[in-house]
Amino acid sequence: MSHRVRVNPIACEAHGMCAELLPERITLDEWGYPVIDQQELHGWEVDHAIRAARACPTFALLVQRERATRAGRGRGPD
Amino acid sequence: MSELPSTLAEAPPAMGPADAPALPRLLAGITAHGAMTLEEHFALHGPLPIVRGGGRKRGREHAAMLISEIERSGLLGRGGAAFPAAKKMRAVASSRGRAIVLANAAEGEPASLKDRTLLETLPHLVLDGGVVAAEAVGADELIVCACESAQAAAESMASVIEERGSGSSSSGHSPRLRMTSVPGNYVAGQESALINYLGGGPAKPMFTPPMPFEQGLRRRPTLISNVETLAHIALIARHGAPWFRQLGAPTQPGSALVTLSGPVAHQGVYEIEHGASLASLIDAGGGTTTRVRGALLGGYAGSWIGAERLHGVALSNEHLAPHGASLGAGVVLLLSEQACPVAETARVARWLSDQSSRQCGPCLHGLDALAGTLAEIAAGTAQPRAAQRIDRLASLVARRGACSHPDGSANLILSAMEAFGAEFDDHAQHGPCEGCARPPELPLPVRPIAEDSSRKPLVRQ
Amino acid sequence: MTLLAASGPSLYWYLTRSTGAMAMLLLSLAIALGVLDVQRWSTPRWPRFLVDSLHRNVSLLALVFLVLHILTSVLDSFAPISLRDAFIPFVGSYRPFWLGLGAVAFDLILAVIITSLLRARMGYATWRAIHWLTYASWPIALLHGFGTGSDVKATWLLALSILCLAIVAAAVLARVLAGWPENIGRRAAALGGTGAFSLFLLLWLPQGPLGSEWARRSGTPSSLLPHAQVSNSSSGSGR
Repeated sequence: MSHRVRVNPIACEAHGMCAELLPERITLDEWGYPVIDQQELHGWEVDHAIRAARACPTFALLVQRERATRAGRGRGPD
Repeated sequence: MSELPSTLAEAPPAMGPADAPALPRLLAGITAHGAMTLEEHFALHGPLPIVRGGGRKRGREHAAMLISEIERSGLLGRGGAAFPAAKKMRAVASSRGRAIVLANAAEGEPASLKDRTLLETLPHLVLDGGVVAAEAVGADELIVCACESAQAAAESMASVIEERGSGSSSSGHSPRLRMTSVPGNYVAGQESALINYLGGGPAKPMFTPPMPFEQGLRRRPTLISNVETLAHIALIARHGAPWFRQLGAPTQPGSALVTLSGPVAHQGVYEIEHGASLASLIDAGGGTTTRVRGALLGGYAGSWIGAERLHGVALSNEHLAPHGASLGAGVVLLLSEQACPVAETARVARWLSDQSSRQCGPCLHGLDALAGTLAEIAAGTAQPRAAQRIDRLASLVARRGACSHPDGSANLILSAMEAFGAEFDDHAQHGPCEGCARPPELPLPVRPIAEDSSRKPLVRQ
Repeated sequence: MTLLAASGPSLYWYLTRSTGAMAMLLLSLAIALGVLDVQRWSTPRWPRFLVDSLHRNVSLLALVFLVLHILTSVLDSFAPISLRDAFIPFVGSYRPFWLGLGAVAFDLILAVIITSLLRARMGYATWRAIHWLTYASWPIALLHGFGTGSDVKATWLLALSILCLAIVAAAVLARVLAGWPENIGRRAAALGGTGAFSLFLLLWLPQGPLGSEWARRSGTPSSLLPHAQVSNSSSGSGR
């Protein structure tokens, strides 16, 4: 089962906590918005990714399991 | 500045070999007096094959047959993305819930007129296609979305819907027909933006998933098709897939509408077969009125091809791919040699930045930075390594928005810098050229930015 | 002296005062951290996720002390305070108005914290709108403390109250000034409200809780009032 990190760019308001909590995969661009390494997460990274998703104040960060489903602690759109 | 007329050119001569079925197909029978009437329409094309006759099972079988026929035809969507029409319909048909069909004529692309032309002159053909698509996916409602600034198109379609709604069409379970106006800003025609707007929100793209085909308008599976795609479906349903494939290219069969504009004798909407040469299209348009510096294919999310490479260019995605271009929404926009491609690109880039729905940071900031850098290059005040900055910004905005607007804008800018590399270098070193002083040539709407509720009429400059 | 020994303060009475004061302080800190959070304040040693976590955790801690404050005041047999009085304002028999303010503040804080715990299940805009109630809960809680508190004249409590006021006033100022002058109506109202509230305290406290016979005036049941008004001690006139 593979996990990936994804951001909802509409919900994202550049708080930047995700980059602090998962620096291996997320860096911030010059405007403070996350640039995400889209590749599969390693096993040990998944917990950190979930923590980062929980920390996001706007629920913009998503941890997706497999390809099409939304798993983890993320909030998708209505 | 060239005025882009909303009139239709006369039906062009056949573009293919002499013995092949000729064009026009969609544009057949266009008259000078406006919309084709229902009688004229049925006289020319024949009746629409009646569908939901004998019960649900037979209806479903027929629907599946329709989708298979469209799949065999190889029809690709004509809204710009060239997504296989049958694949999309199948996805909607197999999603849970009763489907809705949206006929997309939002046409926010400034240099495109084909969709409003279809609504204005061939509303019955579009409706036929919509009805067929609705039956194929099991939808009970068809909503035609017209650009609010294309008043003639909206009126034409509205009166035709009223006419057909009063029972003159086939009996049985035809879908409910409705028309609505949508704002004319650039991203309003994007699929999720359309759903957002029709659902009562702003005409701004939404985050996906869920995709429209599974949960769109009112959380129902929604098929969003460009009106030209539906027009083709109307003819495929009558004449079949083999007929459709008699024109065009194997990878991109059939005919297509293109909007030809710029320094040609007769700007307007033409029907070509896929694979026709750009030269033949220009000929049909009466030839160029001055030397041409380049051609923009696809629209303002498309790509430039410089004059030196235009020779032999053919209009199909397969032929355009080596040039880094695609047919997109059928925009063929020529730039005269006297115009300055740097100034024009800077101007369009600023407009594209203003057209951002401003929901996503990378698009909002990135397109603004791109436009600013281009303006500096055009003015000759750019920092050193401005071109590298543009490259970096372009890759920084790619795939980081909720829609593909930043990607399209970046693509346009990068292709301009490649096609007109010499001019960009020249500007960076020496500043504005003579062409910069000329009035702008590329069409852009003139109207207040970003307010979805703006109702000012569209004026091209 | 004998009177005092006969009806000596119970453990609960000490606990309800101290937990109440702690809750007030923690609430004030939570507000300040909330402002730092929304302003995206951070340093290399205080990253964003830390400020955010601290804000959330201090708020929860404030709730813990608030709950202890309520339980101990209910368990304290001296004053007739029931659990219901903690949720439904103004129906109690002990200083109904001032106690009721505490119930109002508690209800608001509960709404804020519950919606925050269930944030994933509601719209962001809804959550945010309810979160603003924190700003309303704080002055209500402070007035409740002044109105019901037995130590209100105690120096330590006055000092603590001034500290809380300073913390929240600074937070509000920072929040209002950032991004000035957007939404100038709302910002001016916030500043004006803060200033007005401070002025109100300045004028009201001396002749209210800090004045004489406040226990009687605030609605303490007469059976609980001391009958001998002998001392003028500054440590409060009876419970």
